[in-house]
Amino acid sequence: MESVLLTYIIFSPVIGLLILLFIPRDEKVLIKNITFILSLVPLALSVLMLILFDRSNAGFQFETLIRWIGPLNIYYHTGVDGISLFLVLLTTLSVPVVVVSSFNYIKTDEKLYYMMLLFLETAMLGTFLALDLVLFFLFWEAMLIPMYFIIAMWGGENRVYATFKFVIYTSVGSVLMLIGIFYIGNAAGSFSVSEIYGTNFSVKEQLLLFGAFFLAFAIKVPLFPVHTWLPDAHVEAPTGGSVILAAILLKMGTYGMLRFVIPLFPNATLIFAPAVFILAVTGVVYAAMASFVQKDIKKLVAYSSVSHMGLIVLGLFALSRVSLSGAVYQMISHGLSTGTLFLIVGILYERRHTRLISEYGGIASVMPAFSVFFMIAALTSVAVPFTSGFAGEFMILFGSYSSEFMQNSSEYHRIFVYIAATGMLFGAVYMLWVYQKVIFGPNINPENQNLKDLSFREYMVLIPYAVLMIVLGVNTEFVVSRVMPSADRLIQIFYAGLK
Amino acid sequence: MENLLLLIPLLPLLGAIINGTAGYFIQKRFGGKTNGIIATASISFSFLIALYLFFRLLGMEAENRAIILNLYSWISAKTLEVGFELVMDPLSAVMILVVSGVGSLIHLYSIGYMHTDKSQWRYFAYLNLFAFSMLVLVMADNLLLMFVGWEGVGLCSYLLIGFWYQDSDKATAGMKAFITNRVGDFGFLLGLFFLIWGLKNAGADISVVSLSYQALAESADKLSGIEFSGIALLTIVGLLFFVGATGKSAQIPLYVWLPDAMAGPTPVSALIHAATMVTAGVYMIARLNFIYVLSPTALTVVALVGAATALYAATMGFAQTDIKKVLAYSTISQLGFMFAAVGSAAFASGIFHLMTHAFFKACLFLGAGSVIHAMSGEQDIRKMGNLKKRIPVTFYTFLVASLAIAGVPGLSGFFSKDEILYRSFMSAQGFAGIWGYIVFGLLLLAALCTAFYMFRLVFITFYGEEVRSDESVIHHIHESPKSMTSVLIVLAVLSVLGGYIGLPEIFGVHSAFEGFLATVFEKSGSALNLPSSHSAEWIIMFLSTVVAASGIFAAYQIYYKNGYEGARNIRERIKTVHYIVENKYFIDEIYNLIVIEPVKILSYLLSLFDKYVIDGLVNLCGKITVIFANLDGLIDKYVVDGAVNLTAQGIKFAGERMRGLQTGRIQDYVYIMVTGGFLGLVLIRIINYFAGN
Repeated sequence: MESVLLTYIIFSPVIGLLILLFIPRDEKVLIKNITFILSLVPLALSVLMLILFDRSNAGFQFETLIRWIGPLNIYYHTGVDGISLFLVLLTTLSVPVVVVSSFNYIKTDEKLYYMMLLFLETAMLGTFLALDLVLFFLFWEAMLIPMYFIIAMWGGENRVYATFKFVIYTSVGSVLMLIGIFYIGNAAGSFSVSEIYGTNFSVKEQLLLFGAFFLAFAIKVPLFPVHTWLPDAHVEAPTGGSVILAAILLKMGTYGMLRFVIPLFPNATLIFAPAVFILAVTGVVYAAMASFVQKDIKKLVAYSSVSHMGLIVLGLFALSRVSLSGAVYQMISHGLSTGTLFLIVGILYERRHTRLISEYGGIASVMPAFSVFFMIAALTSVAVPFTSGFAGEFMILFGSYSSEFMQNSSEYHRIFVYIAATGMLFGAVYMLWVYQKVIFGPNINPENQNLKDLSFREYMVLIPYAVLMIVLGVNTEFVVSRVMPSADRLIQIFYAGLK
Repeated sequence: MENLLLLIPLLPLLGAIINGTAGYFIQKRFGGKTNGIIATASISFSFLIALYLFFRLLGMEAENRAIILNLYSWISAKTLEVGFELVMDPLSAVMILVVSGVGSLIHLYSIGYMHTDKSQWRYFAYLNLFAFSMLVLVMADNLLLMFVGWEGVGLCSYLLIGFWYQDSDKATAGMKAFITNRVGDFGFLLGLFFLIWGLKNAGADISVVSLSYQALAESADKLSGIEFSGIALLTIVGLLFFVGATGKSAQIPLYVWLPDAMAGPTPVSALIHAATMVTAGVYMIARLNFIYVLSPTALTVVALVGAATALYAATMGFAQTDIKKVLAYSTISQLGFMFAAVGSAAFASGIFHLMTHAFFKACLFLGAGSVIHAMSGEQDIRKMGNLKKRIPVTFYTFLVASLAIAGVPGLSGFFSKDEILYRSFMSAQGFAGIWGYIVFGLLLLAALCTAFYMFRLVFITFYGEEVRSDESVIHHIHESPKSMTSVLIVLAVLSVLGGYIGLPEIFGVHSAFEGFLATVFEKSGSALNLPSSHSAEWIIMFLSTVVAASGIFAAYQIYYKNGYEGARNIRERIKTVHYIVENKYFIDEIYNLIVIEPVKILSYLLSLFDKYVIDGLVNLCGKITVIFANLDGLIDKYVVDGAVNLTAQGIKFAGERMRGLQTGRIQDYVYIMVTGGFLGLVLIRIINYFAGN
């Protein structure tokens, strides 16, 4: 079955970029408005994809398979399943949000900034939709370029250090992955997922390949202990960059593990799983505790990301259908809540030009509507029931607890779950602490006494995420019924490959 | 009929949404009273519907008394099926009526109490949202949905304690409540996991784990044989759920948040921190009675912790000087009674006391609110005195409620407390053994203390010397408006009459209350097979009367004449003890020292570790790379490039030297040619010679 829908989705931002190219750089208002409208095109297309998506089909849909580099068996192969479906939607939704949120924040070289955003969108969508390893790698690497520019050109004071760290860290992982890709292509005679999924690698090969791929993805997640690039990158990135980074880029890591590492190297997964569990739950607690003491709101949110992503990795490697679906659910939820938190910080920063928690206090009295959105995001992050965060975390914890795979691979599997569950407790402590410090208390700092509440534009930025956090908390079936068949299929592939 | 069930939680939610979104404008345009009326109307309608359904329920056959509404599937993950299902069976019916009934009264009272507040819309939105969450908690048909309500009420409690958020201490109190509750919730969640694990191991016939009470009750027997690391699974599950309960219902060791929660507006203290939310733990254990009866160990622990809390908190009531704090400790103590009841497998008695307590404690809190209102916000009882004439309605209702909580015969508290004492005594002759007697003894002492500290409060506040405060405060003392006093009167009446639906059997009647709940607790009665004894019940009734009377008499002796000062001599004599009790046994400080500070320090160390070790390693890698790069650069410059330059320079050098040869004179060229040719030939000969040709 051939379909061009996904190709349209992937490349519509680039077409937008080309249109933008013809607008003079001084037409700032026009650039902003056009970018916003252009960014709605992929969103509309991906909503169409959601409507056309057949939930009873666990495999890839809307597949396109075109021979690209013939002699090497490299294909332009794209397709979507229940796992990538919502990540694509999260991406296409986030870009318009980020575009609008940047209207006031970005004040120099607007044209280039918005072009970079659109370029980034294509790269991200391509990463989620590519089903050929080389194609995947291409998009994966392509993401670095616009992200590099976004942080390096519109970032904070220490941006050079941060971008360097970000790019080099990611590249280190990518290089190993590239070698792994070559190896697989050579061994399997193809790079396409549909053909390499049944490849029988020897256990030794698997262990090496696992290492190469896992490191690349773990850096992106970021998994403890390769996480330190994240706080720096977040602190220096402009709001839009942080939102994209938190909401989508981090998910590339967990997505890659899910799409490539687990199904391709089942035996290595089995062997390494206990180590992964240890890293994941260590990260949950470690990063949560590190967030307690942060003075910069953005750093606090960044560490909370590390903590939450650790839980997602646990859910992935627990390999039960519930935990896997929960992990995908939590990827979405974390994107929404952390994205909102960065938007929130951005809104404060635009008004006060500081991110130090100690500079704030009693904001509720001047910005009540703002406080409500902050509250919704904080509660989702803390996983209060009827927010999307609870559904995701509960499914991960419950799924891991009752996971047969985890039981077989590690004697102490329950202890991991207990430790991971404390993340919900720690999360409440630092989230409510920062909320209280910023929002509650007396408003004594004279600079905070005349802050304006949300503008219409800011409402528009915050509402989509906020609504979704609640809707996905109240109704989980819409997403789960689409994710779960694909999760099931993945587990089947895993067990089929296990020697 | 089923669909009406949905309206009960939905109406308050609707009220919350209206006040939450449009409330600000409503208050601006029509005044805060309108916000209050919207909120009160929504919960009152819930109450009326609940009442209607309650009578429908009574009309049904006793065995099938339950109205169930299955709304939609909330989490459906093939092996786990959790629906949004609401249920009204006798147990939840009682809870719904208490929550919506007392809730309506407190909403009404709030209109008057909050009338000067600037953001009444926010207050009423939160209050409605609380009612919604609490109703979901008690109406949920499965454990996970109960957890939704459970966390929801915690959230509203957090919001309402910190309602006056401009005050940092109040906001902190809210946070403390939420986080302490989260510790408990952690236990709840683990309990849930253990339970599910057990269900999966229990038998292959459970392919889909359902957490509905019905399904759990049916499979509970199968779980009774399962062990986990040598401990019965049901004991673990029961204890873990109880950990959750100690958080929400403020029992040892997680009670510390409740006294601080008094930072919220007084009606909130009455509704959330006395009448409804804090009883959620008791409700949960009663709801899961089928698990607890299979684990006498868990039951005994619950009873012991409850009884210990009852006594411990009651002693703290002796030394408090803040009117609301006294009532807060009293609430903790009374909750201890309820846990002692359910821990003695007397689930109906626990719920009975829960209900009567909701009446008299709400009355006490609202009465305290009325006092505070009259005293222009003053909460220190040392500054009060002889208020009985100035605010008579408040006084008489407060007095009635105090008599009820003290356990004076004929009032509601007497019947429910007596029932608990009796049941705990009987449990000693059944499963609890010696522990049952300990529970009984602790409770009896706690009952004595209760009568004492309550009447200490009554005598100090309403009798004795005149108010000691500013002229303006004294001048301003006035009875509260009708909307408030009428609520007090209703609650006082309920405090008197509420007990008569649960008269003990020795009076020759069949307890209507117990009979109504019997179907829910059907299994528990037969499982434990507890004895009953009429003579024991008469004796205990007599004992508890004596205890109440002596407590009141002691308080009269000490405080009637001189109020707070009446106890000066005693305070002097037991200075150290008083100091310790007054400071709440320094438990907050101890927790701070052994939990909070270490966590803080550890966090700080970890962040340093992250910054200097982990990131240090990363930076070190970077540095090393840079050093290598520099080295590489040097090699490139001096070795690689050096070689290149050397070649070039060599050629250049040679060229410069050779230039001298080009003189332009033929003779020189011939000379060089001949010499060179000759030398060349010689060279070739030499090479050939050495090469061996």
